[in-house]
Amino acid sequence: MSGMVEKRGLGLWLTHVGLIVGIAIICFPIYMAFVASTVTQPEIARPPMPLIPGPHLIENYTAALTRGVNSPVLLMLFNSSVMALGITIGKIVISIISAYAIVYFRFPFRMAFFWMIFLTLMLPVEVRIVPTYEVVAGFGMLNSYTGLILPLVASATATFLFRQFFLTVPDELIEAARVDGAGPVRFFLDILLPMSRTNIAALFVILFIYGWNQYLWPLLITTKPEMNTIVMGIKQMFPSGDDIADWPVIMATTLLAMLPPVAVVIFMQGLFVKGLVESEK
Amino acid sequence: MHKRVVFNSRVLPYLLLAPQILVTLVFFFWPAGQAIYQSAYIPDPFGLSSQFVGFGNFEFLLSDPYYLASFKTTVIFSTLVTLVSMGAALWLAVMADRVIKGSSAYKMLLVWPYAVAPAVAGVLWLFMFNPNVGLVAWYLKVLGYNWNHVLDGEEAMGLVVVASAWRQISYNFLFFLAGLQAIPKSVIEAAAIDGASFARRFWTIVFPLLSPTTFFLLVVNVVYAFFETFGVIHTITGGGPQQATTILVYKVFSDGFVGQDLGSSAAQSVILLFVVGLLTVVQFRYIERKVHY
Repeated sequence: MSGMVEKRGLGLWLTHVGLIVGIAIICFPIYMAFVASTVTQPEIARPPMPLIPGPHLIENYTAALTRGVNSPVLLMLFNSSVMALGITIGKIVISIISAYAIVYFRFPFRMAFFWMIFLTLMLPVEVRIVPTYEVVAGFGMLNSYTGLILPLVASATATFLFRQFFLTVPDELIEAARVDGAGPVRFFLDILLPMSRTNIAALFVILFIYGWNQYLWPLLITTKPEMNTIVMGIKQMFPSGDDIADWPVIMATTLLAMLPPVAVVIFMQGLFVKGLVESEK
Repeated sequence: MHKRVVFNSRVLPYLLLAPQILVTLVFFFWPAGQAIYQSAYIPDPFGLSSQFVGFGNFEFLLSDPYYLASFKTTVIFSTLVTLVSMGAALWLAVMADRVIKGSSAYKMLLVWPYAVAPAVAGVLWLFMFNPNVGLVAWYLKVLGYNWNHVLDGEEAMGLVVVASAWRQISYNFLFFLAGLQAIPKSVIEAAAIDGASFARRFWTIVFPLLSPTTFFLLVVNVVYAFFETFGVIHTITGGGPQQATTILVYKVFSDGFVGQDLGSSAAQSVILLFVVGLLTVVQFRYIERKVHY
């Protein structure tokens, strides 16, 4: 029954060629970055730069990781990991307990709280840059992990996702738990949390990418090079004057900056797609 | 919508909600309120006192040619980013939908750019088009075209559009491919039996059936271009040359932090709050409709 409208012969070949050309164009910037991270700076400064990788891979990556330009990339990777994991775990914990409160309890102002969380969707950092900075500065949180993480841990999306999921959990489970004498905390830890495993994993993938890729926020609140995250630190590696940038080290850093989130997408593609689709519902 | 059976506790639900609500109040509602408050004042040059001006900041903004130019830049930028990324993604998704063998390999190879941060995407494209060392810039020069996005506003716009769209293609591709695969093959086969060509089948059957996906992606891409491309613009052009790539979000940043014009920056934040509100409403109305399909 299938096969009627699928291309065969020449048409199929052309479709494959079209896809391969498209993928080649999309992958080209990464390939050039990789080549740049394996050659020396003079080779790049005298264009055209080589099109095939050179022998300086280990040298450039070692230079980036241990020395960098303003601070070692190893330190920036550590800062990024702390920020990304802090944001991810923070958002998941805060959201799952809020959703639990909203779905499994009746109390005054329940819907008011729900709408308050919902409204944060309309308040991205990008539109309240200066006043948010002032609040964080007022708490003395500049150049701190708390300042990098805490203002970003509220999550309407994650709260909705858990709420949707809790609403599909059969009521018989809570009845059975109550008959067995289990309180709300027991029920949450022993029954609801294990049932939410896949949702938590899918959210983890999406939120990790979100946290790792933060740019504007760390740019505002980290003024010390040793607190820079890798994604915002790359821009700081460019010289301000007419000096030629240390391209091999910068491109090695660029590839290191994209490695963790890209690896997460490639190795957890199923969870990634699930998280992406669910978070848009 | 609601559970029939619930737990009874006076204190526990408030304790469970407390962390989220505290963060929301302190880091979302308080700053947003501050933005609205500051938008009605002009601080004196020493920051010692400020003068109430009512809607003065807004009146000034809406007659400021730089702000109006930034509005226009934002519209051009987001239209181009949306068209380029959705066009390329649809094209790739249509092809990937037609091959059986290797379709998951293609998917794998097209999905990962979504994980690349906008700022990192900016550095990748900056490197290729750098007027001094960039490979593409060099080959363009060989062909007789003198590329210099540092001086030429239109070239700068082109580069930030391509870098922003590049990263978004994967997202659009995933949703277009899912949309295409959800269309019943029998409908398309019926048209094929009637002798409709591929192009005709696409425009009269596939594309209309795909319209919920297309509309959804349209909103997502506009939101992306408005609010998530700061990193691309900051790394590639810094808003220049001559503000040619200063989109609204970038202007809030540069006026507030670099220019220290707090009243104006706050007023711009308030205008953006309205834009986000509008886009969120559009997004949710659409989702309501999708439920009834």
